[in-house]
Amino acid sequence: MKISEQWLRAWVNPAISTAEMCDQLTMAGLEIDSVEPVAGAFNNVVVARVVSLEKHPDADKLNVCQVTDGKETLQIVCGASNVRAGLVIPLAKIGAELPGAGENEIFKIKPAKLRGVESSGMLCSEKELGLAEQADGLMELSEDAPIGADIREYLGLDDNCIEIDLTPNRGDCLSIAGVARELGALNQCQVTAEACAPVAASSDASFPVEILATEACSHYVGRVVTGINCAAKTPVWMLERLRRSGIRGLGPVVDITNYVMLELGQPMHAFDLATLTGGIQVRFAKKNEKITLLDGKCIELDEETLLIADHAKALALAGVMGGEGSGVSDATTSIFLESAFFKPENIAGKARGYGLHTDSSHRFERGVDPQLQVRAIERATELVLAICGGEAGAVIEKTTEAYSTAGQAIHLRQARIERLLGIKMQADEVEAILNRLEMKVKAVDDGWQVTPPSFRFDIAIEADLLEELVRIYGYNNIPRTQPDYQGQMKAQTEYEVSTSVLRSTLVDRGYFEAITYSFIDPKSQKILDPESEAVKLANPISSEMSVMRTSLWPGLIQAVRHNLNRQHNRVRLFETGLCFRPGKDKALDQVNMIAGAICGDLLPEQWSVSPQKVDFFDLKADVEALLAHTGEVCIFAAATHPALHPGQSASISIDGEFAGWIGALHPEVMKQLDLDKTIYVFELRLDIVKSAVLPAFSSLSRFPEVRRDLAVVIDKSVTVQSILVCIGEAASDLLRNIQVFDIYTGKGIDSGRKSVALGLILQDFSRTLTDQDVETEVEKVVSSLKQKFAATLRE
Amino acid sequence: MDLPKLIADVQAEIAAADNLETLDLIRVRCLGKNGDLTALLKALGGLPADERKAAGQDINNAKQAVQQLLEVRKSSLEEAQLQARLVNECVDVTLPGRGQRNGGLHPVTRTMERIESLFSQLGFTVEEGPEIEDDFHNFEALNIPEHHPARAMHDTFYFDAQTLLRTHTSPVQVRHMELEQPPLRIIAPGRVYRCDSDLTHTPMFHQVEGLLVDENVCFADLMGTLSDFLKLFFENENLQTRFRPSYFPFTEPSSEVDIQCVMCEGEGCRVCGQTGWLEVLGCGMVHPKVFESVNIDNEKFTGYAFGMGVERLAMLRYGVNDLRLFFENDLKFLQQFA
Repeated sequence: MKISEQWLRAWVNPAISTAEMCDQLTMAGLEIDSVEPVAGAFNNVVVARVVSLEKHPDADKLNVCQVTDGKETLQIVCGASNVRAGLVIPLAKIGAELPGAGENEIFKIKPAKLRGVESSGMLCSEKELGLAEQADGLMELSEDAPIGADIREYLGLDDNCIEIDLTPNRGDCLSIAGVARELGALNQCQVTAEACAPVAASSDASFPVEILATEACSHYVGRVVTGINCAAKTPVWMLERLRRSGIRGLGPVVDITNYVMLELGQPMHAFDLATLTGGIQVRFAKKNEKITLLDGKCIELDEETLLIADHAKALALAGVMGGEGSGVSDATTSIFLESAFFKPENIAGKARGYGLHTDSSHRFERGVDPQLQVRAIERATELVLAICGGEAGAVIEKTTEAYSTAGQAIHLRQARIERLLGIKMQADEVEAILNRLEMKVKAVDDGWQVTPPSFRFDIAIEADLLEELVRIYGYNNIPRTQPDYQGQMKAQTEYEVSTSVLRSTLVDRGYFEAITYSFIDPKSQKILDPESEAVKLANPISSEMSVMRTSLWPGLIQAVRHNLNRQHNRVRLFETGLCFRPGKDKALDQVNMIAGAICGDLLPEQWSVSPQKVDFFDLKADVEALLAHTGEVCIFAAATHPALHPGQSASISIDGEFAGWIGALHPEVMKQLDLDKTIYVFELRLDIVKSAVLPAFSSLSRFPEVRRDLAVVIDKSVTVQSILVCIGEAASDLLRNIQVFDIYTGKGIDSGRKSVALGLILQDFSRTLTDQDVETEVEKVVSSLKQKFAATLRE
Repeated sequence: MDLPKLIADVQAEIAAADNLETLDLIRVRCLGKNGDLTALLKALGGLPADERKAAGQDINNAKQAVQQLLEVRKSSLEEAQLQARLVNECVDVTLPGRGQRNGGLHPVTRTMERIESLFSQLGFTVEEGPEIEDDFHNFEALNIPEHHPARAMHDTFYFDAQTLLRTHTSPVQVRHMELEQPPLRIIAPGRVYRCDSDLTHTPMFHQVEGLLVDENVCFADLMGTLSDFLKLFFENENLQTRFRPSYFPFTEPSSEVDIQCVMCEGEGCRVCGQTGWLEVLGCGMVHPKVFESVNIDNEKFTGYAFGMGVERLAMLRYGVNDLRLFFENDLKFLQQFA
C-alpha cells in the first residue's frame, strides 16, 4: 500500500524524521518497502496560463506561446502537442532548477533562442518535474489553479510516497487511519481524524435494502444522495492524495469512495440510483448467474459468490467489483452509496477465483472494522455534498443476527508472558502497552481480561496479545538467551551409509554434483523412461517443466548437454533427489535416487596420459565404489532398458533386491535427444544403496598363499560372472580369491570363443599347501568348467 | 716376476677404467681364477722353499694393493654412476600430477551441510519429508486454511485440489510432530517449489526448516540461537542481527531476521537496497493452532520454528550474484565450489 506522508502527518505528527518514522514502522512489523519523493527536486516553477500561441516560423512542431504568470507575459517556445490557448500549466521560469537526466544532476533554465525565436522559460510535463516516469505532453492543471502560485505549494509536492508491505494479518492498517493509529501507539501521541461530522438528512430519499445472506453480510449501510452534479471536478488536493496512493481520478463520486477507502479503510461503492430496480438485495448468486463487471468482463458465477443485486439483476460482486450497468457516470444525478461489512471468509479467494484483485477485495479478504460502516458513509456523504452538491437522505442501516459489536475478551496470563517471551514485564507496563493499542484491560487474578478494539479483528487468542506486547516492547529489547541444550547421545547406526559419504565417493572420483529441476519436459521423460507414467502439474510454469521426473536421467542429461555445448568435452555429473513414480493403488512413490552421467574423456587432459574415452567399465568402477560401502553382494546382470544400449546395460541388485541400472544410452535415444557423444549413465535407489552390513572379522592365515594361473577358452556368450560362480561351487574352501586378469579374442582362438585368464589364489589356515593340494583344486575347477561350459585350457 | 711393474700397469688400467664392467674385467684378469696374480700364487709351489715365503708375501701384498685400487675405483665409479642416474632421473616437479581430478559438491549442498553441522551440535537431527504434499500438511495444519490470504503469497504448484508441491519445508515439522512427542529438535533441509520465475525467483529452491519443542522454550531463546547461528555461519563474531515483527500463520510471535549487509557492512548498498540490512530468515514461536492440529499440549510445551532460504545464504556467503546459476549446472560455476 502506498500512502502520502503529508496525509499521514495530517492525522498524526510525531516529532521524528521521515527516516525515523519509516524505521519505526518497519520495526513494528509494518515493513516499509520504499520511500520516494512525490516530485523531483526543483524550484521556481509556477502556475501559468497560455494566453495565445502561433506557429514557429521555422519549425513545424514548435509553437511560440505567450504565457502569463499573473505578473508578466512571457514568450516561450514549446514543442508539446497538447499546448493550446487557455491551458493552465506549470511554468519553469528563468533561473529555475529542474531534475536533470542523471541522478543528482540539475537542469537550469536559461534564456534561450530556439531556431531564432527567443524563449524565456519552459512549460513542463509531469516527467520534467519528476512527478511521473513518463508523460505524453504538458501537465494540464485545473483551470481554477491560482496563476502565479508556486507549484510545489499549490500541489503540496514537498511530500513523500511511502510504500508499506503489510502482512495479511494487518488488514487494519490498510488505511491512513490505520497507519496513523499505529504511529500514535508507537510514539504515544495524539491521532486526530480529519474532521467528519454526521451529515443530517435533508431529503426523504431512501431505497429499500434487504440482507438475504445474513451470515456473509451482517451489516449493510446505504444512503441516497439526490440532485448531484457528476460533472463537477474533483478537487486537486484529493486527486493528489489519490495519485500518491497510485489511484487515478475517475470522476468525483468514484474518487470520493476511493478516498474514503484510503482514509478510513472501508471499501465503498456508489450505484447510479436511476439504474436500480425495486431495492437492494445482498444474496448469493444463483447457479449459472452472470454479471458483466465494470471492466467489461462477463463472468459466470457459482453459488458461493456473494452478490449485491436489485430486484431485477445482479449489480456487483460484493466486496470485489461493481457491475457495468449500475455504475456512476457523468450524467448521474442521484446515487446510492454502499458501505457494508462482508465476512472475510466469504470474500477471500473469490476475487482470485475469477482472476480479479481489487483494492476492495484486498481489504475485505483481510478484514474490515465491522463498526466502520456508518462513519464511512457519513464521511463520503460529506464529501459528495461538498464537491457535487445535492441532498442527502437518511442513513439506511441493516444488521443481521450475525452482527456483533461487542468484542470478545481474551484472557492474558502474566506468567505466560515470561514463559513464552523470556522477559519479565511489570503489570503496569503490560497495561500501558495494551492501552496504547486501544485495548480495554481489566485486571483479574492471574493477569487480565483484554478486549481488543473492533478494528483489531486479527486479535483473538492469548498468543496474539503476547505478540502485540513484544511488538511494542521492541523485539530487539529482549535479551538473547539459549535454551538448555543439554541432551542425550543420539543413536547413530552403522547399518546405513550416509548420503554424504556416497556423495563424497563420487566427488573423489571426479564427479560434480548437479541440482536439476524436479519437473521436466514430458518429451525427454517419455524418451528416457517410457515405462513410467509421470505425474503432471496442473499449473506448470512452462510445458518444458510440466511433469515430475520419474528418473534423474532427463535432468542430468540436460545438464551434460548444457556443458557439452559450452566447450566442455569431458563431463561427469551426479545428482541425488526424489523421483516420483506411480506406486500401488494409485499411490505415488517418492523415491530417493542417486544417479550419474559421464561423457567424453576418462581423465582430464594431461601431459602424460594419452586421451581415452570413457566406456561402460569406467562407469561401472564408479558404481562399484559406491556399492562397496554397503558391504553386500552386488550383482550386475545383463538386462535391457528402453533407454539403454541392449549390449551395454545391466540391472544392479544388492543382496537380491533390485537397486537400479547402468549402461550406455541407446543410440536411438541419443538421436532423439540430439546427442552426438555417448553418455554412460547409472541410477540407483538410495535406500538400497545406503543399507550396509557391519564389517565381520574373519581370522587371517599365517601360511603362504599359492597362485595358479590358467587360461580357459570358452564360448563368448558365457559371462565371467557365471564362470566365477561355477569355480566357486567346484572348488573347496582352500580357494580364497579369483583374479580375472585378461580376456582375449582373436588370433589362435576360434571365432565365437574367448580366452579368459584367471588367477586362482589358494590358502589354508593350518598348513602350507603342497603342489598336490594345488593340483587337486585346479583339476576340480578345470573339469567343472569343461563339463559346464565345454571349456578347454589354452595351451 | 716384476710385481711393482704389474701393480703399476694394473694401477694405470684401473685409473683408465671408466665403467664398472671394465673394472670387473681387470679384477678378473688380475685376481680371478685364471688371473695373473692368482697364477703367480699357484706358481709358488715351484719356488725353492726358502724363497716361497717371501715371494708369497710379496704376491699377497700386490694382491691386496690391487684389491684396494679396485675398490677405491669401484666406489668412485659407483658414486659417479649414482650421480649420473640422479641427474638423469630428475623430473620437472612443477608438472601437474597424473590421473583423475576431484569433482565437487553443489554449493547448495555445501551450504545445507554447513547449516546441518552447526545445528547438529545442539542436538538437532535431520528429518526429511515428501515433496509432493497434501493440502493438510502444507497449509491446513499450519493454520493456513483455504482462502487464507497467505495462500496467495505461496504461488503453489498443484496436481489436483488436494495435492501439491510443498511450498516450504514446514510440513516436515507437522509430520514429525504427528509421529513424535516432545522434546523435539529437528531441522529439515530440502527442495521447495513456488510457481514463480524471474531474475530473483526460481520455481524450485531450497529451505532448511528448524523446530524445537520442549517444556520451557521462549522467544528469547529463539533469538539467541539464531543470532549465534548467523554469526557462526558467516564466521563473523561481530555480525549484527535484528529481529523484526512479521507474520507467518504458523508462528506467533513471528519475526523476520535481518543481518547487517555482508557486502557493505551496514553502510547501505545496492544489495541491501540502501538499508544496511538483509532479510535472511523467518521464525517464531509455534502457533497454538499448529500444536492443536498435531495433538501436542500447548500448555505443557512451547516451541520455536524457523526457516531459511539456502540459495540466499549461499549467495551471501560466497558472493554469487545470480540465483539462476544454481540450476544451470554449468561446470564453470560448479568448479568454483570444489
